[in-house]
Amino acid sequence: MTFGVNLLGVALIAAIIWWFWLSTATAQSIGSSRLIEIQVENGVYSPARIEVPLEQPFTLRFIRKDASPCAEKVLFEGLDKSLQLPLEEPVEIELSLSTAGEYAFSCEMKMYQGCLLAKENI
Amino acid sequence: MTVRHFSIGGMSCAGCVAGVEKALKSVDGVIMSSVNFAEHTAEVEGSFSSAALIKAVVDAGYEAALLQSEEDTAEKEAAEFQYYRRLLKKAFVAALVGVPLFILGMSGLLPDLNNAQGQIVWFLIGLATAFVIWFSGAHFYTGAWKAFKNHNANMDTLIALGTGTAWLFSMVITISPELVPSLARHAYFEAAAIIIALINFGSALEMRARGKTSEAIKRLIGLQPKTARVVRDGKETDVAINQVGLNETVRVRPGEKIPLDGVIIDGHSSVDESMLTGEPLAVEKNTGHEVIGGTINKSGSFLFQTKRIGNETALAQIIALVRKAQNSKPAIGKLADKISAVFVPAVLMIAVITFLLWFNLAEEMPVSYALVTMMTVLIIACPCALGLATPISIMVGVGKAAEFGVLIRNGEALQTAGKLNAVVLDKTGTITKGQPSVTSVVNYDEWQEKDILMFAASIEKGSEHPLSEAIVNAAVEQNISLSDSQNFQAVAGHGVVADIDAHHVVLGNAALMQKNNIDFEQAQADAQSLAENAQTPVYLAVDKQLAGIIAVADPIKEDSAQAINALHKLGIKVVMLTGDNKHTASAVAKQLSIDEYFAEVLPEDKEQKVALLQAQGKIVGMVGDGINDAPALARADVGFAIGTGTDVAIESADVTLMRGSLLGVVDAIAISKATVRNIKQNLFGAFVYNSLGIPVAAGILFPLMGILLNPMIAGAAMAMSSVTVVSNANRLRWFRSAGAEK
Repeated sequence: MTFGVNLLGVALIAAIIWWFWLSTATAQSIGSSRLIEIQVENGVYSPARIEVPLEQPFTLRFIRKDASPCAEKVLFEGLDKSLQLPLEEPVEIELSLSTAGEYAFSCEMKMYQGCLLAKENI
Repeated sequence: MTVRHFSIGGMSCAGCVAGVEKALKSVDGVIMSSVNFAEHTAEVEGSFSSAALIKAVVDAGYEAALLQSEEDTAEKEAAEFQYYRRLLKKAFVAALVGVPLFILGMSGLLPDLNNAQGQIVWFLIGLATAFVIWFSGAHFYTGAWKAFKNHNANMDTLIALGTGTAWLFSMVITISPELVPSLARHAYFEAAAIIIALINFGSALEMRARGKTSEAIKRLIGLQPKTARVVRDGKETDVAINQVGLNETVRVRPGEKIPLDGVIIDGHSSVDESMLTGEPLAVEKNTGHEVIGGTINKSGSFLFQTKRIGNETALAQIIALVRKAQNSKPAIGKLADKISAVFVPAVLMIAVITFLLWFNLAEEMPVSYALVTMMTVLIIACPCALGLATPISIMVGVGKAAEFGVLIRNGEALQTAGKLNAVVLDKTGTITKGQPSVTSVVNYDEWQEKDILMFAASIEKGSEHPLSEAIVNAAVEQNISLSDSQNFQAVAGHGVVADIDAHHVVLGNAALMQKNNIDFEQAQADAQSLAENAQTPVYLAVDKQLAGIIAVADPIKEDSAQAINALHKLGIKVVMLTGDNKHTASAVAKQLSIDEYFAEVLPEDKEQKVALLQAQGKIVGMVGDGINDAPALARADVGFAIGTGTDVAIESADVTLMRGSLLGVVDAIAISKATVRNIKQNLFGAFVYNSLGIPVAAGILFPLMGILLNPMIAGAAMAMSSVTVVSNANRLRWFRSAGAEK
């Protein structure tokens, strides 16, 4: 019994490390329209990982459905940009990234987290 | 679903209405649109992007702008209040079940789980708690699940796991008590309910406190008038502010807000600009004077011509700058950000380790201890307090500074301003009023006072230098007729040379006289005497002979001494830069107790003086006009652009002072210090809370002192940690301007 519980505990720790730090959610491509709608609800941005084209303008449209003040702002820290998200009202931000890589965006408290993956040939 | 109103421009006939409506309906999510030709407005209903809608109208050849009505603000506030009420209701319902259970449990009135009757009672209690979890805490569970699917873990994850584990374990031992030893048969339904009640209550309190943090920006936005009384074809009509064009004539009546930036073309009044500049006294305005949108016309009625509209107005730029600064983070908050990003999975692991340690090491009831400590670790951890610590203080601090007419560009500038230990002040226009006047004229040889003023004013009449204006004004006051100059040559930082009425005239400082080989030995005593009285001697030579000295004095601003004294109290060395000679500089420095001065500094050398102080290990703030002093402002650790109203280039410096008072520098430094101190308190509190709270929750004190934290107390502590951070940041709202201490 004790051995089994300990084994389960160790497995759980390994699973936490793997699921939250080593593995990532599937990224959604922004598509040819160069516009993607992001729902802000229940503690997550949906989609949270988005593939975007390099050196081409694209638009993120946020729709905040979570009335909690935690969700009212989205920060693009590496890009020095931010966006105020009124409740139930779509808000757009147009971006263009010149360097390939990951660009995180989050709420002020880092509880809502998302990521833009800038790639060539999307 | 939302209803928004837009002002529509460019519609010349009723036929245009169809074109605009077609454009509006082409936008995704628009359900209904109605264009009012008479009012040039459109009402649009649906779930759409305002930006996309404006673009569609513009693409169709018209103009559109979102009308931010008072109803919008009221609607937003009502929605926030509704959410606040909902949180309180959830807290109340959870407490309604949790608190009686807790009291009955403590009083020993609840049955134990060792018999069937007790199991039935506890099963019913379990169902009631399940209802509470669903009614008051479902959002934690959906949030946790959605975050999990996205490989993310957040606050909801901790709360859902903590309360979920409590409920699940309690239900399992209610149904099958034989699974655990009899001593460990304790249900934790009341803990799950009370934790959910406390966290909802904490969120409600935090929401109320957070509303106050954005008061400053709300106040600035509230300054924007909705309409302007425009004079078109001789008729005065109230027009939506978005419909007013450039160079239109606008009427402002007593007591009204000035709608846009412009220049008075008829009439005069006094204007209260305190809301933008922090200047408490009303400013007299006459024809030709600039007025700023959002300020209040006190007495007279006047007409002005619009010079800046839309996003170009000073108020719009201030709002944009304050918003941008409120979103920026100084380096001090970066560590907390890094920790926040990995915090929740780390806490999950600590919870599992805690469980295993207790399960393996506890001598009695290992399952109960393991479960309670794991639950308490999950509940006590608060990443929100860490994440909030920096941005919430920046939000209040930057907003508060804006109320005093101090615009801080970003979090980095705010952090550095608090560390300054030397401030360099440009004398003219910063310490002094920048409006010099001629105080006396000394004449030599055959030259008369009038001749000297005539030559000096003739050579200077095209110049905009403050000393030149003083000389020209003195000549005009004495009705001296001026001549035209030829071969005019300006020698930067020294003076001017030109030919006037067949005479070669040199006007400037001692260095210019030396450069032109002019003997000015006889004027040395007079010049020194003038300089010692803080008057700047300007030498005039005609045909290589010294003709006289014009003494010009620039009065010191009323509050400069108070500001320099306040800077000294903050432990800051005050350094003055001036193009004046050493004697004048020394006199001013002595009068104001300035620690160090550099006299006869050329404009291009100001940057070098700042660098010199930096090389001495000083963290230097430079205060200048933002245009001429741009290189020195850029070189300084923090550049302060000082000006009055719209004169100052808002984007030119790290800190912009909207009123021309040095007290603004004191305010900027003092509020920066206060904000950074506040951030440190918040970060310290959040770090200490988590780094002490988590080990205590894990039971670190139990082997030594027999203390084990109750999960409900952990819930209360967690709920209050964010509220404490927000409330501490709100203390910055009581910051007082240095000017208020007069």
